[in-house]
Amino acid sequence: MVEGGERRARSPITSALTSRLSLAGVGESRDEAELAALKAGDEAAFSALIKRHHGPMLRLAMAYVRDPAAAEDVVQETWLTCLRNLDRFEGRSTLKTWIFGIAMNLARSRRRKEARVLPFASLFRRDDSDRAGATVDGSRFGADGMWATRPDSWRSLPEERVLSSETLQRVKRAIEALPVKQREVITLRDVAGFDAGEVCAFLSISPENQRVRLHRARAAVRKMLEGYLR
Amino acid sequence: MTCREVVELMTDYLEGALSAEYRAKFEDHIAGCDGCRAYLSQLRTTRMVVGKLADEPIPANIEAELMKAFQDWSLAGQV
Ligand SMILES: [Zn+2]
Repeated sequence: MVEGGERRARSPITSALTSRLSLAGVGESRDEAELAALKAGDEAAFSALIKRHHGPMLRLAMAYVRDPAAAEDVVQETWLTCLRNLDRFEGRSTLKTWIFGIAMNLARSRRRKEARVLPFASLFRRDDSDRAGATVDGSRFGADGMWATRPDSWRSLPEERVLSSETLQRVKRAIEALPVKQREVITLRDVAGFDAGEVCAFLSISPENQRVRLHRARAAVRKMLEGYLR
Repeated sequence: MTCREVVELMTDYLEGALSAEYRAKFEDHIAGCDGCRAYLSQLRTTRMVVGKLADEPIPANIEAELMKAFQDWSLAGQV
């Protein structure tokens, strides 16, 4: 028998959190209930947590680390780090923000290590992601600035085609081909579902830069889809 | 406003970041322009499709390893 076994099941922190539930806001109380369940060793709660965040966390890791196996390592290391530090989580951010902050730190430090050992030219590629510029090929417009070749409506396309695994593979590759500044913003916003303010805080960027990067990233993916779904 | 200008304002529009004046001009243009409406709709679809990348399921071996780590942690307090 391991010493300290089931220590967490009756942790005073758990009951303190539970008693504060009625004072907390909705998102906050969900976090606190989840946190209390985790600290009590509730396997269903942990299973739900890792399932819910796996896809977004893996995509976020892939925004920094090229090698899929290394990205999976980042995901696993994130969860171990979360468990080791869960007692120190103070609820100043949401649980999700805290978890993804850990994932981002681990992914970035992994990226720095990769950069030291690999002659990885694309890591040092010039990144002009903060420059607002035309995201649509100029040849699409006439001299009057109006559409010469209008975009197609995708509304008549069958959903099986728009959301096919082939389409999703291509979207992944299109995002991976973006400069890192755009890749991290589109992943945090559109895959992980963080709002603009959270992404600015994560990346220490201005709201304007966040929007420019998001705009360029979405426009690039749209362009790829336009060619593919034609 | 031209279509060339309008397409570059679309994210600001979706983010609610346009000034009242620009928003009005933007919506005016969109109301009369099939091409820009189609483009805006494509951007929304793009956002939705990118969001589907979140659905990637956790591989069984990773899930099993993590559940084992959680059990160790909750019993022994360490991983
Ligand atoms: Zn137009």
